[in-house]
Amino acid sequence: MRTICLVLSLLAAVPASAAELQVFAAASLTDALKEIAPEYEKATGDKLVLNLGASSTLARQIQEGAPADLFLSADEAKMDGLEKRKLLLAGTRKSVLSNTLVVVVPVDSNLKIAGPADLVAVRALALAEPQTVPAGIYAKEYLKSKGLWSKVIDRVVPTENVRAALAAVESGNVDAGIVYKTDAGISKKVRIAYEVPKAESPNISYPFAVLAGSERKEAARKLLHYLHSPPALAVFRKYGFLILE
Amino acid sequence: MMSSEEWQILGLTVRTAGLATLLILPPGLLLAWLLARTRWRGKSLVETLVALPLVMPPVATGLILLKAFGRRGPIGHFLHDTLGLDVVFTWRAVVLAMAVMAFPLLVRSARVAFEGVPHRLEQIARTLGAREGRVFFTITLPLAARGILGGTLLAFARALGEFGATILVAGNIPGRTTTLSLAIYQLVQLGQDEDAFRLLAVSVAVAFAAVWLSEWFLRGRA
Repeated sequence: MRTICLVLSLLAAVPASAAELQVFAAASLTDALKEIAPEYEKATGDKLVLNLGASSTLARQIQEGAPADLFLSADEAKMDGLEKRKLLLAGTRKSVLSNTLVVVVPVDSNLKIAGPADLVAVRALALAEPQTVPAGIYAKEYLKSKGLWSKVIDRVVPTENVRAALAAVESGNVDAGIVYKTDAGISKKVRIAYEVPKAESPNISYPFAVLAGSERKEAARKLLHYLHSPPALAVFRKYGFLILE
Repeated sequence: MMSSEEWQILGLTVRTAGLATLLILPPGLLLAWLLARTRWRGKSLVETLVALPLVMPPVATGLILLKAFGRRGPIGHFLHDTLGLDVVFTWRAVVLAMAVMAFPLLVRSARVAFEGVPHRLEQIARTLGAREGRVFFTITLPLAARGILGGTLLAFARALGEFGATILVAGNIPGRTTTLSLAIYQLVQLGQDEDAFRLLAVSVAVAFAAVWLSEWFLRGRA
């Protein structure tokens, strides 16, 4: 018993200045966050634990009570769901980043894709799961707006998240995929065959928010603020994210 | 009571699991018999290799299959180029994953069943002039039939629930590779817990029936 008390008091004694923040972030943010995190940790002493995955999966985990401090979603719908359940810390939600959809093919592919209509000739097309995962929902919305969704639906290979769609193209197991430009940018095994013009793209935005259940709200707010500050935005921009406003 | 989509999922699951079980039956029985009745160099190595999918993380097994059967993998490349056959992300991959994961269960049960057949009876058949093939099909196989059937059902039940290897090699493609377990996962992701529970009930019922029958055969009650 005494040992337990000792351990508990030791745990409680961790100084408030060294918070460990659980950051639940969309898979497409992976590389930018991995670059930002060590800088932030060095500057503040806080530690960031990244839980990366499809925003839908993460939102679901948060709903089920996962101990998240910050949620960085790749679409507004997931954030809306959490807001409706009163899981967000009021006043912290903010969307600054955006992205671009691209069609990628394996780097050695000789497939010619000059526009979306050429996708009907593709045998297997990888998308993030188009019902739940933001990147997939965006891709589906785009193809629908072009009247192509019903023509390609039989070739769609839905994946767990956008990075899994990228990996499927990298492996050559599918002929093409639709991912974010930022994902295509980090891979040497794929090339961008077609970039969706801004005017034709669905509205892509990344809302960030602190969660109501966070036990380190101040540290979480500070990190959120930092993610929207010029040094962090410069990193996001470097990876190809668009900055709104 | 069940929607047409749910029937489709159940149908696909039972068909692929059934096909996987049928495919592993001939090699599984042959190997089980070799393990039970013969001694050879490298036997323990083969025994261990066969048991691996039972204890390895299914995702790891899936990764091996993905690398081997992907379009750029040694086997997948051959199938794609010579036969125009894609395995990965098709129903074939579902069958493949199920077959590999169920194989050890079949071999283990069938081996025990073969070992339970008295040597003496086989010897008597031989002294009466029966050749090996005839001994196997008229003495060994019928006497081991219960155990083999039990093992086959157990393998089938394992195949029905396969998830980890399947999601890697076959993906989760509605109407094509979405089996019961993948559909449940998908519905939970969507937040449609009620639909997930319905499929959960279906999978419990199917698994219960398969295991119950399997136990009935393995116990050898008439």
